[in-house]
Amino acid sequence: MTALSQDTASASRSAGILPLLKTAFFNALVALVLFSLMVGIRTEAGSDGQLTYWTRFGELASLVAAVFGGSIVIELLRQWIGPTGAEKLVPPAVQSGMSFIGRYLAPALLIFTLLVPVIFYNQRYILDLAILVLTYVMLGWGLNVVVGLAGLLDLGYVAFYAVGAYSYGLLATNFGWSFWICLPLAGILAAFWGVLLGFPVLRLRGDYLAIVTLAFGEIIRLVIINWQELTGGPNGVSGIPRPTFFGIPLDNSDDGLAAKLGIEYSPTHRIVFLFYLILALALLTNWVTIRLRRLPIGRAWEALREDEVACRALGINTTTTKLTAFATGAMFGGFAGAFFATRQGFISPESFTFQESALVLAIVVLGGMGSQLGVALAALAMIGGFELFRGLEGYRMLVFGMAMVLIMIWRPRGLIGHRAPTVYLTKAQAISSDLVKEGHG
Amino acid sequence: MDYFAQQLINGLVLGSIYGLIAIGYTMVYGIVGMINFAHGDIFMIGGFIALITFLILVSLGLTAIPVILLVVLLVAMAITALYGWTIERIAYRPLRHSFRLAPMLSAIGMSFVLTNYSQVAQGARVKPIPPFITGGYTLHESPDGFVIQLSNIQIMVVVTTIVLLAIFTWLVSRTRLGRDMRACEQDQTMAALLGVDVDRTISMTFVIGAALAAVAGLMYLLYYGLVDFFMGFVAGIKAFTAAVLGGIGSLPGAMLGGLAIGLIETFWSAYFSVEYKDVAAFSILIVVLIFMPTGLLGRPEVEKV
Repeated sequence: MTALSQDTASASRSAGILPLLKTAFFNALVALVLFSLMVGIRTEAGSDGQLTYWTRFGELASLVAAVFGGSIVIELLRQWIGPTGAEKLVPPAVQSGMSFIGRYLAPALLIFTLLVPVIFYNQRYILDLAILVLTYVMLGWGLNVVVGLAGLLDLGYVAFYAVGAYSYGLLATNFGWSFWICLPLAGILAAFWGVLLGFPVLRLRGDYLAIVTLAFGEIIRLVIINWQELTGGPNGVSGIPRPTFFGIPLDNSDDGLAAKLGIEYSPTHRIVFLFYLILALALLTNWVTIRLRRLPIGRAWEALREDEVACRALGINTTTTKLTAFATGAMFGGFAGAFFATRQGFISPESFTFQESALVLAIVVLGGMGSQLGVALAALAMIGGFELFRGLEGYRMLVFGMAMVLIMIWRPRGLIGHRAPTVYLTKAQAISSDLVKEGHG
Repeated sequence: MDYFAQQLINGLVLGSIYGLIAIGYTMVYGIVGMINFAHGDIFMIGGFIALITFLILVSLGLTAIPVILLVVLLVAMAITALYGWTIERIAYRPLRHSFRLAPMLSAIGMSFVLTNYSQVAQGARVKPIPPFITGGYTLHESPDGFVIQLSNIQIMVVVTTIVLLAIFTWLVSRTRLGRDMRACEQDQTMAALLGVDVDRTISMTFVIGAALAAVAGLMYLLYYGLVDFFMGFVAGIKAFTAAVLGGIGSLPGAMLGGLAIGLIETFWSAYFSVEYKDVAAFSILIVVLIFMPTGLLGRPEVEKV
């Protein structure tokens, strides 16, 4: 933040139209060189493998012009906001109002979520989107245990999601076991993999931990792709049975739930059921996390995040602390994976790429690590925002990446910058998250 | 035995390319202390720029291969270096004093931007070029007909790597810029107090790292004869693995790690299964880190209490 405010300070000192144009001109020049070959010239391999190219100087010119105009607008905005930064734009009355809203936001959000299937009963698209958002809320809360609470930077979280999904998919298709037997099994198997990953990384810290978890995620994905006999390789597992309402199928048959209840069958029933299922799973994750934070193990996680050396000096067993964090986070990832498999009815390795891990990590960090409400809001913002660009397939990830960069610059500490401490020594005080070390491991 | 020797050559060449990317990685890590996830994509951009420059030069009617190579090398290095500089300015500099995870996430975001930018700009299909440098030497011919080949491209890749490694070792250990870089690595605040322009030094590190990645991109293009928009991700993880394996922050370590990864991959593909070569490379990384948590040539981390 200091660097940014210094930047704005120097920018406002040099107010005036000429320096402004000079900056914009310089930026446009840089853009011209950057885009010259990549945008100005388009290559394509012809049918005989010979490369051809054609020029696109019009697009190049408009891009450079956009950079020129954009940098003028940004500079003007900076001068208008002034050196104090954007935070002063919000008057104190609004800020105190916001903290008032903050207290009631979580219950209000929960009630609204419970009512979503009632309000949007006939809008299949919104229900599907809500299920997707809730899946990511659950994944975010699960990863929050590892990154937010224990401070262990995990870049391969999607591996556990994959383990859960494949556990359920393979058990259900090969043995015909029901969802309610496979769900705990998927969680246990994922937790087991979490422990397995935990062992090698016990001695590693920070960035080494990041690369090992990333490598682990890739190993799981590559094994899934290449172990064709078991996983079907790139073709994935299809025909995964739909979940049942405790043994009663949700379909149009005579044994179906609708027939038993004597109401008319509608395909929306299954969607609504899935919605409440993932909501229950997500709330379970949240509840377990909140409860665990009050137990010695949860406090050990937070102590580990703050300072590993002090933690060891206090006699906390860092081995079990790290392993339980990995196992707990992985278990929730496994649950989410099993849910994903039953919702889709089809899974393939494409759903478990590094992109997903990065997305979940972005949700956790953007939410303000350790903040349960923040993670939920961030999942809503990220997945909802991502949906806005569904039509522009190629540009979607481009915009997503840019948003990630801009959000990090705007709020490096996440949406919810404050986090309530678990233990109050004297009086309850909110600690600014600027003061705590996170992802330190 | 002959087969082994041939694989050794192939592994060393692949390892040289990984090493070149890993040096850029490790330099940035050493100074800024951040994982530059976009580095693999900068390598990919370098490959693309080299490809397009080739195409233009050839269509202009140039035939002298050394001239073409030199121009392509310079153009690719210059433009890719500008990419490195711009990325640092936009995505990393505002976050330099932020907490650890923020610059890493913005680097991941930047990596997505670059990957999809080149997909949107150049299309998703693989871009091949015809072989430019052909020919080579037969080192040994065994009675059963197996021939150990050393192609000119392989010689070029290894020689370029050695020359660049020498230049950059000299740069870091002997020049003013190298001294500034080492000072920033030790303590940025102290370096700034002593008159080192920290911002400029960090920018230059990114510029040099990106230029090296561009050379690696060019070598990859010449060696494999193709580029595609997604190659940055895998190459990036491999280079990252190499840097960590060698001890992150150490230049010779990065080169050693790159060679190790190249050799492991080549031998695994030759004697076991091609499909699991990446699994083998990553597994060995995990095993090495269990026994040597700071890598092969890394300094032990000092715990500050």
